[in-house]
Amino acid sequence: MIQLKNVYKSFGDRTILNDISVTFEKGKTNLIIGQSGSGKTVLLKSIVGLLEIDSGDIIYGDTNFTTSDFLTKKEIRKQIGMLFQGGALFDSSTVEENVGFPLDMFTDMTDEEKLERVNFCLKRVRLENANHLFPSEISGGMKKRVAIARAIALQPKYLFCDEPNSGLDPMTSIIIDNLIKEITEEYEITTIVNTHDMNSVMEIGDKVVFIYKGNKSWEGSKDDIFHSDNETLNDFVFASPLGKKIKSLVRSA
Amino acid sequence: MLPKGLFYHLGQYYMLMGKVFAKPEKHKLFYKQFVKEVSALGLSSLGIIAIISLFMGAVITIQTAYNTENPLLPPYLIGLAARDSILLEFSSTMIALILAGKVGSSIASELGTMRVTEQIDALEIMGVNSAGYLILPKITAAMAFNPFLCLVSMTVGIFGGWLVGTAVGVITTEQYIIGIQYAFEPYYITYSVIKTIVFAFIITSISAYYGYNVEGGSLEVGRSSTRAVVYSSVVILLFNLILTQLLLS
Repeated sequence: MIQLKNVYKSFGDRTILNDISVTFEKGKTNLIIGQSGSGKTVLLKSIVGLLEIDSGDIIYGDTNFTTSDFLTKKEIRKQIGMLFQGGALFDSSTVEENVGFPLDMFTDMTDEEKLERVNFCLKRVRLENANHLFPSEISGGMKKRVAIARAIALQPKYLFCDEPNSGLDPMTSIIIDNLIKEITEEYEITTIVNTHDMNSVMEIGDKVVFIYKGNKSWEGSKDDIFHSDNETLNDFVFASPLGKKIKSLVRSA
Repeated sequence: MLPKGLFYHLGQYYMLMGKVFAKPEKHKLFYKQFVKEVSALGLSSLGIIAIISLFMGAVITIQTAYNTENPLLPPYLIGLAARDSILLEFSSTMIALILAGKVGSSIASELGTMRVTEQIDALEIMGVNSAGYLILPKITAAMAFNPFLCLVSMTVGIFGGWLVGTAVGVITTEQYIIGIQYAFEPYYITYSVIKTIVFAFIITSISAYYGYNVEGGSLEVGRSSTRAVVYSSVVILLFNLILTQLLLS
């Protein structure tokens, strides 16, 4: 579980996050949604510690990450897996080396054990026989899957995904979404996904947090969205004519 | 504005170096990266260093011959002047400036690209000291291998001077050999190697600083690469002056 208590973050005079308090539950896929520039990425980067917050608390399990010392933060980070928007795979390393990197760095596994674990992770994301390919030789969807395999290599307690579907076609997006959901439930991890893809929201959103202009505007489940009276949420989620039609159909039903 | 900017960058640079020289997380991985960097930064520069040194040695010999066309001056002076120019200045400072262009821009663009594509963030989130993991092997590899490049440059430069000097007839082989042996001071080689080690640190650390701290996109990566070459070159020239005064006076 990850808890955020009264989190504030600003850059100069611009307040980006304004008093955000929310709890992300274990074993669930938690989604942060919002328009571009609403503060989603800043929030995600603040949670993982890439950005320092101005005030408030970020609590992983029982440990207050914000007030922790360097070594405690480092230990928590070893329990974090992250899927970046572009995959963030190491260009000069093969798929196998990318997935095996956390194992090289933080375990004393033998080469055979490492290879076994790497192959297991690649199989888990349905990406076999790609071990010796470089990131430049694989598609966007495959890159995302390699990044997920790397993120789960050390069996993390927390998984963060920043726009996992950006640049992917709808079919591949569904595959990635389902993979994230399956892994979350299988390993009982706390997953936070940053997205503005409404298909993802409807597909995997156990809990949805809507950020609007740096404020937490709404939170609930994916089913609650259809019955919400929050105007900014409705404007965002059902912006398209198709979205409006779906909402009216659900409400009338 | 200039002093504020200068002190800001100096402070950031020293903070980065603090992270770089922290104990490596895994020595095995450090050695693996070190070997990779020796190949990427050192061995790959061998060809260009040899070619430039050969031609510079040749040009220095011809120019010295042209400037000493005087029957009162012994011909072996051409070899002596070529040797001292190559040993004292060319193989350390000029080669460092060339490497600042080749290696410095490569380091800055590599790290800058890693920064803008979030590869450095990925390392940090894993709990890895990204600065230590990425930069320390580059600095140590260059400091270990560049003295070898310096020695290669000296050898090839002196050889180039003989090859072209005798080919165009400005000096005989005998006179050239007498010249390069005359009043030879072995300390000149030590002096040159010391300078090369310091310059290797300057090139790699300054370039890494500019690459590691890139903000923005591909345009900024290009700019950081240019800054890395410019500032490395200026600092090399400054330290060349300081080291020359310290080591030769």
